[in-house]
Amino acid sequence: MSADREAVLELQGVQFGYSSRPVLEDIQLSVAPGSFLGLVGPNGSGKSTLMKLLLGLLEADEGTIKLFGTPVQSFRDWNRIGFVSQKAGSFNSGFPATVFEVVSMGLYGKIGLFRFMKKKHKNRVMEALRLVGLEEYSGRQIGMLSGGQQQRVFIARALVSEPELLILDEPTVGVDADSVRNFYELLKELNRNKGITLLLVTHDIGAMSDYVTDVACLNKCLHFHGATGEFISNKDEMMRAMYGHDVSVIEHNHDHGHHDHHHDHDRSEAVK
Amino acid sequence: MIDVFFQYDFLRYSFYTSLMIGILAPLVGVFIVVRRLALLADTLSHITLTGIAFSMMMARYYPAFAAINPVYTGMGFAVAGSLMIEQLRKSYAYYKELAIPVILSAGIGIGVVFISLADGFTTDLFNYLFGSVAAVSRNDFTAVAVLTAVVSLLLLLFYKELFFLSFDEEQAVLSGIPARALHLMFIVITAVVIGISMQIVGILLVSALMTLPVAAAMRIAASFKQLFLFAVLFGELSVIAGMTAAFYADAAPGGMIVVINLLILGAVLSADRFLKRKEKPVWTSS
Repeated sequence: MSADREAVLELQGVQFGYSSRPVLEDIQLSVAPGSFLGLVGPNGSGKSTLMKLLLGLLEADEGTIKLFGTPVQSFRDWNRIGFVSQKAGSFNSGFPATVFEVVSMGLYGKIGLFRFMKKKHKNRVMEALRLVGLEEYSGRQIGMLSGGQQQRVFIARALVSEPELLILDEPTVGVDADSVRNFYELLKELNRNKGITLLLVTHDIGAMSDYVTDVACLNKCLHFHGATGEFISNKDEMMRAMYGHDVSVIEHNHDHGHHDHHHDHDRSEAVK
Repeated sequence: MIDVFFQYDFLRYSFYTSLMIGILAPLVGVFIVVRRLALLADTLSHITLTGIAFSMMMARYYPAFAAINPVYTGMGFAVAGSLMIEQLRKSYAYYKELAIPVILSAGIGIGVVFISLADGFTTDLFNYLFGSVAAVSRNDFTAVAVLTAVVSLLLLLFYKELFFLSFDEEQAVLSGIPARALHLMFIVITAVVIGISMQIVGILLVSALMTLPVAAAMRIAASFKQLFLFAVLFGELSVIAGMTAAFYADAAPGGMIVVINLLILGAVLSADRFLKRKEKPVWTSS
């Protein structure tokens, strides 16, 4: 991480607890512009809490959180950040809105109150749909699309306001294994070609590590924060530290016949 | 057939008013349905009854009160009731739906007490319950026209915010949309629209005009914008046909309007079964 480029996201000594129960301890995290960070951790590791802190929905007990160099408390430039929530996919699938209408929502904050969608905004919506490869689906009802396609729609909604940082919270939950790979491919492309900094929060260590440039392992405190290559070579040790016992991570061998194993793995993790 | 409404003043203003509620009720109804607030509309209409009963009781003991149109007292009660619902929803954070039956029964219970203390059931009260073809005077109509303009303008102005909030409240709040203020505004709008509509369709059926056209429109609308279009179309169709039928059959218009709406809904549902059979959802992975 070069010192001359300001970190997109920086956490220093962040501490947080619900009542007296500590959830996050002494978190140091820095996301350089143009990187693709995978933040992994088991259920209950504090990932969601960290998300809420980053988005200013919760306030840290100690430490500082900076977004583009500005402390989160005084950060107002939310258009620079796109966010795809874990809950994005749990909308009512009978909702009679088209893909185009859903992606348009991503611009509403930017357009502001008392103003309307203009031609240039409509063009941007189509541009965002083109980026995720769903241009032809713009007139389709959102509920008619598959889980993987819906996930892309929500990415497009986050991209349409042209954010510099895109935060994705468990975006692959409920998406079938084939679509997950395609989805990560898309993220990698956005990161490389569009220069969008990505923060991917997930419990799915397997597939993710083929795509991200950096990894951070979270379980109450950060167990690892560095380049992906380094993470992979120390994976077993990392896993033990994070989960408190040996975990065998099922490697992705790009053989599509083994997806059932992968699901089992996800589930066994989720139980803990 | 419709021309009879233009021969008499008292019919004309009722007819114009019904044309406006044919637009307003479904417009508000779309948001009520997609936000799953249909029971809220019902509750607010029952509190409107309380307000009207209060007004009638006061008019009996204090004649000065008779000068105030009970509809406005009703609207006032509905707005106050909507604020109480919000308060109760906060008090019972884990059983939010409890607020609805509490306010609903409070509305009817207190309303019945007021009715007994007034003159008991009168023709006036019957008209408020089931609607009337001749309820709107010229002055009332002016107020209706102004309120219609204001409500339509507000809905147009905040269309995108209300749409976003209905679809994905969390993300809408994150993007800086003032959810609380808009929700409050929306509830007040609902109370006002109920007050306007009940003069024609009656308190007991006002929520039908907000939900039935939307229910029918939902089966055929391809987009959110189309949902408004079809809902208003069905709403207008039902009030025009319902008012005409009510006049000639000398029946309560509220009932007729609901019957027409049910016919539309039935027609759409059966047409839908034939048309949608060909078009199946696409379940291919991307």
